[in-house]
Amino acid sequence: MPPKRVDPLQFLTDSTVAIVAGKGGVGKTTVTAVLARAAIRRGLRVLVIELDGKPALSRLLPDVEVLHLSATAALAEYLDTHGLSLVTKRLASSGIIDVVATASPGIDDILVLGKIRQLEQSGRYDLVLVDGPAAGHAITLLMSAKSMRTTMRSGPINSQAVEAAAMLADPARCQVILVTLPETTPMNEAVETAFAVEDRVGVHLGPIVVNGVDAGPALPADAAPNGSPMRLAAEFRTARRLLHQAACRDLGEMLALPQIALSHVPGARLDPASVEALADELDPR
Amino acid sequence: MTTLAAHLAAAEVVICCGSGGVGKTTTAAALGLEAARSGRRAVVITIDPAKRLADALGVPGGLGNDPLRLAVPGSGELWALMLDTATTFDGLVRSNAADAEQAERILANGFYRNVAGSLSGTQEYMAAERLHALHLDPRFDLVIVDTPPTRSALDFLDAPGTISRFIDHPLFKLLMMPTRRGLKVLNIATQPLLRTIGKVVGGDVLADAVAFFQAFAGMETGFRSRAEDVMALLHSDVTRFVLVASPREDTIEEARYFAERLHQTDLEVAAIVVNRCTPEFGAPPAKRPTAVALATLYDNLVELRANAATERHQAAALLSTTGVPQDVHTTWVPTLPGDVHTLDALATIRTLLFD
Repeated sequence: MPPKRVDPLQFLTDSTVAIVAGKGGVGKTTVTAVLARAAIRRGLRVLVIELDGKPALSRLLPDVEVLHLSATAALAEYLDTHGLSLVTKRLASSGIIDVVATASPGIDDILVLGKIRQLEQSGRYDLVLVDGPAAGHAITLLMSAKSMRTTMRSGPINSQAVEAAAMLADPARCQVILVTLPETTPMNEAVETAFAVEDRVGVHLGPIVVNGVDAGPALPADAAPNGSPMRLAAEFRTARRLLHQAACRDLGEMLALPQIALSHVPGARLDPASVEALADELDPR
Repeated sequence: MTTLAAHLAAAEVVICCGSGGVGKTTTAAALGLEAARSGRRAVVITIDPAKRLADALGVPGGLGNDPLRLAVPGSGELWALMLDTATTFDGLVRSNAADAEQAERILANGFYRNVAGSLSGTQEYMAAERLHALHLDPRFDLVIVDTPPTRSALDFLDAPGTISRFIDHPLFKLLMMPTRRGLKVLNIATQPLLRTIGKVVGGDVLADAVAFFQAFAGMETGFRSRAEDVMALLHSDVTRFVLVASPREDTIEEARYFAERLHQTDLEVAAIVVNRCTPEFGAPPAKRPTAVALATLYDNLVELRANAATERHQAAALLSTTGVPQDVHTTWVPTLPGDVHTLDALATIRTLLFD
């Protein structure tokens, strides 16, 4: 089954919040930047939220509002406004945050979701794009709404959890955009994450982005002499392209989600111009 | 400049760190293959829940918490295991508890289950604990650790152990009052601070935490001395840290973070491995061929060559700003045409790293 074609505008306006998720090293930040760029071109008011404290997004999107949210800071603020300000001072901020976070895992995550929800509800943005946390933390973050709702049966955390869960469960308000690479291991991981997101967390999945795809045709390698640089380079390139093609096809068979392929960008350092170029690819001008 | 091979030959412990998706697990496995090839008895610990090591080693049934011997060439041996944090922690509690009753009380505690399962740093500390145990295990003379792909991977470097997270935990200190007969747990109701915390996190949660620390009393000495042994091993001259990255800014940023983290703890990076580089195939002919097919091949070679050069140049520039001394050896490993999930592919990686 060939991957379905999607109109970027359509899924970018499906929900206000879009959480970009995937394992480390798949290029979540690149994808976040490209989607933000594409959305801005379509005239959407975009806020980008970054959870890992990495500076790359502001550099890739110099003209876009990028907000850094930290779980620890959110928890500190919460405790401060809930009668622990004196305590916080007494313990010299050293351990109290840790105490609360340990005794009640997920409490900081729920506060982050609460902040995202506030921004969603502010009416200031058409799209709040979240560069999700690395590795399996995305699932933990998303699960926190469900688990906190049951561990805390009342009180302010409970109401935050209930509101966050309502946002996550509503496809018109929130979707998860998975990112993967066109290779076996990252793809299998993406499939696992996809099932976890839909079944365990119950959040709507948007399209899956396959990042770093080399989409060209097979090259006529045997036109060059055996073992020559031209032949070796062609064989390598062809093998990679076939691998990517097969990976995208397998992914389409394993996951009934629309696929978006982003091209591989050469070099070690992505810049705003390459983000523009990738956005062009998604949504030709 | 000491090569990766020389470091491997001198080491009894090798710790591979770096961001996710850079082939860290593959590198750890390839180091293991090389060690087995040169007659050593190596064991690779992976913590990655994605079971990548099992993939890379071609173990169909997957790896478990106990070392599994793999069929590899060479006069040595290669073993592998996948760390199960909770099981390891349970084992540690059992071996440190005064009696079975104390152990069971802790293992059944809700707060303990949270700590064992999800507290950041626990997984890393258990990895260090396991590493220490395997280093003492007479079956092995080299332990290779594939650390988890998170920034907390090096949390076990925190002075005498991340175990201080429990023993030196502010909550523990708040709850335990030193008395002549040892530590005594305070009464929550009489502590305004605990009452306030209880309101925020929920009373049951706090009661569980109190019960945990109560049950834990008496075990902290054993845990602490164990943590100190682990630290001593990490700082000894038989341990080497290998930084793994790919030629991309984000993974080199992570490498910088790890290098700084090691440096703060008076440890240094021994070697750098940069995986997934665009391969080089040699120079193109002097003139672009006129035949269509050949011209396509020429263009492809020129494009890949330019990409490889840009990538190498940019990656080297980024690496030079990570604070890792210039005389630390970097091995650049090209991308393979296919996925690395068989022993054969792994053997190719070994060749690229060492030959």
